[in-house]
Amino acid sequence: MITSFLIKSLDRTILVAVAILLALAVLIPVLNLLTAPDHPLHVPTYLVSLFGKYLTYALLALALDLVWGFCGILSLGHAAFFALGGYAMGMYLMRQIGARGSYGNPLLPDFMVFLNWKELPWFWYGFDMFWFAALMVVVVPALLAFVFGWFAFRSRVNGVYLSIITQAMTYALLLAFFRNDMGFGGNNGLTDFKDILGFNIQADGTRAALFAASALALAVALVITSGIVRSKFGKVLVALRDAESRTRFLGYRVEHMKLFAFTVSAMMAGVAGALYVPQVGIINPGEFEPGNSIEVVIWTAVGGRGTLIGPIIGAILVNGGKSIFTAAFPEFWLFALGGLFVLVTLLLPKGIVGTAQHYLGRRRSHRKAARKERVTDKEAVLLAAEPMAAE
Amino acid sequence: MHEKNEKKPKSLLYLDGVSVSFDGFKALNSLSFVVEPGELRAIIGPNGAGKTTMMDIITGKTRPDEGAVFFKGDIDLTRKDEAEIAQLGIGRKFQKPTVFENHTVWDNLELALNRSRGVFATLFYRLTAEDKARIEEILSTVRLTARRDDLAANLSHGQKQWLEIGMLLAQEPELLLVDEPVAGMTDAETAETAVLLKEIARTRSVVVVEHDMGFIRELGVKVTCLAEGSVLAEGSIDFVSGDPKVIENYLGR
Repeated sequence: MITSFLIKSLDRTILVAVAILLALAVLIPVLNLLTAPDHPLHVPTYLVSLFGKYLTYALLALALDLVWGFCGILSLGHAAFFALGGYAMGMYLMRQIGARGSYGNPLLPDFMVFLNWKELPWFWYGFDMFWFAALMVVVVPALLAFVFGWFAFRSRVNGVYLSIITQAMTYALLLAFFRNDMGFGGNNGLTDFKDILGFNIQADGTRAALFAASALALAVALVITSGIVRSKFGKVLVALRDAESRTRFLGYRVEHMKLFAFTVSAMMAGVAGALYVPQVGIINPGEFEPGNSIEVVIWTAVGGRGTLIGPIIGAILVNGGKSIFTAAFPEFWLFALGGLFVLVTLLLPKGIVGTAQHYLGRRRSHRKAARKERVTDKEAVLLAAEPMAAE
Repeated sequence: MHEKNEKKPKSLLYLDGVSVSFDGFKALNSLSFVVEPGELRAIIGPNGAGKTTMMDIITGKTRPDEGAVFFKGDIDLTRKDEAEIAQLGIGRKFQKPTVFENHTVWDNLELALNRSRGVFATLFYRLTAEDKARIEEILSTVRLTARRDDLAANLSHGQKQWLEIGMLLAQEPELLLVDEPVAGMTDAETAETAVLLKEIARTRSVVVVEHDMGFIRELGVKVTCLAEGSVLAEGSIDFVSGDPKVIENYLGR
């Protein structure tokens, strides 16, 4: 059952993408760790982390694409799931600091000592264990998505209204996490991490491993997403995206279908956030900023929503562009981003990959038609030849 | 209509005293209506007579303000939603052909096929030989075999109507509600659709809403005329079209 699900997911594009990701997972760490700093092919550690960050963004965009591109749910709050995954990882990293914090408290993170807290809040229990934190990285976003989706999809909230309440959700979380007495470090968030799984988080080797883990996670997510959209379930998703009430009248519980896709997507976003935090070294409420979620939508639209590779390419291109642009003309970045979105919407409504696929598909069908014609020509010749043979 | 109450256990679909209003407009006014198993029934009536609202109520899209709606004798349809009612075996064809345009003809039928429709059942679904044979059979019934791998978006209007009828066949409903199946069809297509519907009605009940009187005559079945949300007349086409109230309200003098 599972194997057939996986086999179906692997078409040529996905195989190539997974192969590239796996190759990068090996190549970049090798170029970083095993070449001398003055070697022409040497990849400095800051770039390894930067690329790693792009890959976590790509994973977030892929998660959004599952619900937006294939299911028609334009979530403007997906960065909230990303941030929640990030906070779960951040809490683990905070607990790893132990007595090495500025206040030297073996149990309480610095910000709690600063706030004069005497004991660890209950929701910080368990985060000293990696397995528990790793579990929470997917469970917390999944839970939020499930509860949110349960109410939203059951009451048949659709379209713009749904987008607005997802935006409200992330904004509410932003305000909540800003508060000091929430117990998540308030404005400053969680930072100053030291170790992850016993390895120094600043070390080149750890950075390289985190990059490889990000590439691996993206590859796994790509296979799973591809399996989902190529299954009959995926066809139902597209069907309800295009004609929701028709799908209901065929007997499908549309709200269950959406809920499943939304929850899986939130889990993927959570994993992306968890891999993002150790690579950038901080998580703060700014990650819940509504603008962040909208940026994810732009990456996905630029790359091509409804395609699996599109959001990955979009996330990497836009963020690569952002890194270069903000260094060269920092004050113009937002204009460039806005302009990009307008241009893509007007000129490439299917995004880069969607447009490319469209043209490739057209060429392929032309070729197929041409071949068919040739065959019929041959048949005609044969038919014409037949009576002669009979004579 | 109330003398039909005793028929309730036998009848496939039973509506009694159904009323519904939208913003004060009474779309259905104490409508009572019975469909027997295996019956093919035509419904006519002027615009705003409540034909589509009646279908909305039967399929769970709209809840009635009052009245009873029973399927197969004792299943109360007013307590169920669209998906549940579809799974019970009531299929619906919309006025405007609604097929999944971004799916192939084949996938449209595969989605409509009467199989488990849960999240995990669909996630791990594999096309069995039996399902394949069934889809191929339906493809030939609705004459779309040659276009099985084309996107539904690329079909002609008539072909979309036929694909939707094929999807309803795949659903294997016991009761089929068909809203204006021949609207926008050529005469040849209309005649073929009449044949197809009669064929379908051999194994299940079908309710057809239609304006095309020629088409209804071709079907040659019992006709119900609705007006202002209730039944105006019921009987053979000649009986109904001879009724002075029907002439006044619908056919015109």
